[in-house]
Amino acid sequence: MILAALDFQTFSDAIGLGAIYALMAVGIGLVFGVLRLVNFAYGQLIMAGAYTLAYTSSWPTWASIATCFAVVVALSLTMDLVVFRPLRGQSPAVMLVTTFAIAFLLQSIALIVDIRDGTLGQVTAALTFLNEPVKIFGGDVRKITLVAIAIAVGALLVLALLLAKTTIGLHTRAAAQDFRTARLLGVRANRVIAFAVVLSGLLAATVALMMTVTLPLVTPDFALRDTIVVLVGVVVGGIDRLWTATLGGFTIGFASGVINGLLPTDKTVYLPSAVFTLVIIVLLLRPAGLFAWGRHAAGERV
Amino acid sequence: MTRWLDPLVQLGGPVLLVVAVGLVSTTVSAANEVYFLNALVSVAIVVAIYVFVGNSGVLSFGQIAFVAVGAFAAGVMTVPLESKKGVLTTLFPLLRDHSIGNVPSLLLAAGLGGLFAFVVGLPLMRLSGLAAGIATFAVLEITHNVLQQWTKIGPGATTLSLVPESTGPLQGTLGAIVVIAVAFGYQRSRLGRKLRATREDPQVASGVGIGVHLQRLWAFTLSGALAGFAGALLVHQLGSITTEQVYLELTFLTLAMLVIGGLTSLWGAVVGALAVSGLDSFLSQSEQGVHVLGFKLDLPSGAHLAVLAAIMALVLILRPSGITGGRELRLPRAWRRS
Repeated sequence: MILAALDFQTFSDAIGLGAIYALMAVGIGLVFGVLRLVNFAYGQLIMAGAYTLAYTSSWPTWASIATCFAVVVALSLTMDLVVFRPLRGQSPAVMLVTTFAIAFLLQSIALIVDIRDGTLGQVTAALTFLNEPVKIFGGDVRKITLVAIAIAVGALLVLALLLAKTTIGLHTRAAAQDFRTARLLGVRANRVIAFAVVLSGLLAATVALMMTVTLPLVTPDFALRDTIVVLVGVVVGGIDRLWTATLGGFTIGFASGVINGLLPTDKTVYLPSAVFTLVIIVLLLRPAGLFAWGRHAAGERV
Repeated sequence: MTRWLDPLVQLGGPVLLVVAVGLVSTTVSAANEVYFLNALVSVAIVVAIYVFVGNSGVLSFGQIAFVAVGAFAAGVMTVPLESKKGVLTTLFPLLRDHSIGNVPSLLLAAGLGGLFAFVVGLPLMRLSGLAAGIATFAVLEITHNVLQQWTKIGPGATTLSLVPESTGPLQGTLGAIVVIAVAFGYQRSRLGRKLRATREDPQVASGVGIGVHLQRLWAFTLSGALAGFAGALLVHQLGSITTEQVYLELTFLTLAMLVIGGLTSLWGAVVGALAVSGLDSFLSQSEQGVHVLGFKLDLPSGAHLAVLAAIMALVLILRPSGITGGRELRLPRAWRRS
């Protein structure tokens, strides 16, 4: 019965949302891997990208997108230099609360620079054609969904290649496994961290681009709720490994897409309760993560 | 001599600070009094969080859920009967047809907060690290969702108003002192010391026969009761409340207060709460323009949040262990030797 109601468009939209959340999960998971830091301010990187797109919407599309990437990567590197570096080795609570403060700071700055003069809200007008549907297998699918899926798959493949085939990728994986031993064996900490931070910035800019196509109205709390949901997904999936974190991000995005599409609005009032009860149950049964099997799942990391 | 002097200073310092804030609040204008009452209620909430997070070292985003339960229980039960029948018509008859006084509402809030925390903690205290953080966050989300939708137990998504504003300087000060005293008594008790041992090293602690999960559960329950009590203080200070006021923003702000003050000490919790709420009040005043040392400080509107966040981040970066370094208050060495 449920499957019958699941039409093709809901299904594809859910996959699209899952793809975007998977990219965010990778961005959060990469930094966590090398720094053991949960970056709550990740959503504000996306927000900054969205604002950049909004303010440069009168420029040629390529220039606007390039500026977005430049601003987000620069902000990501600044965050590492000013915030993450002094906090290296501090307790997780201190690092997490500091990123709250940074998120709060960036959000209040956005509140100040957010001047509604008519230019905002018309983000990437050149890309709005992506919201038009195309017919696939007799169902309507928005082009942006296909683009999001393609970009996500492409980005994940490139990332997997980078991590598997390049020296810096090998160093990053080693650092994520055991930072101290990796350093003893000659891995340069700052380079590995900068690599992870730049990659996560690039991913944030990509997400900003895709999100503004579907949600052109940029606000200071842009992507905030999504970040919280992705963080939940990442921990539920298993934050200790990149691919389990990614899978967790995808799963929670796909699940919210399907549930939102299936239930009528008047039935969804207790949906958050149901979802978060499920989250608690999964965490109780598998504290190391839903997809974490073997060695990682066994030991409790205190 | 220090055997009795040290604990006296550790309890006396925070209490004196709170009394001082309470006394100053009686001398200022009614418009400014609200800032001091805010600070006192913040102290109660932050110390309640500290009882669990500070003593156990396990991060929890769920304590504001207990504040919310306490606030709405105390609020709904103290709305005067004659107005209650008009505005809160959808409540269960038992809740609709009865009202209680101020002090019973504080006790009710503490009881419900503690009970809720115990029930939630029973399964959740097996978790640690990020899993514990996310699971307690889930508790906050569920509580917020239910309070916002279930109109048989509260006002739902609308504002709960007409709550008696009984948290003045006296109740604010006394309330904060009660929370501080309970937290102090707990951390010096046998149970508190066991829990602090698990914070330093869970493996060794369980090796010497301390039940890690059980100790965390006691602290979680006590913290929940104090948080419920603090929620009742909050609703009686505000007079009206919505579910949004006891949700994400308050969670982040109170956790930031605790970490900025110093996560692992009672003194840190009190200092952090007072420092951050003092700074917040000062900065929001600055948007109207205030005179400091002969200069007129005038912030553009909206800037006070940015400045507050920047200062909080700066303190954490420069002094990650907090203003107090996570230590209890001690007299200077020269005094203690005498």
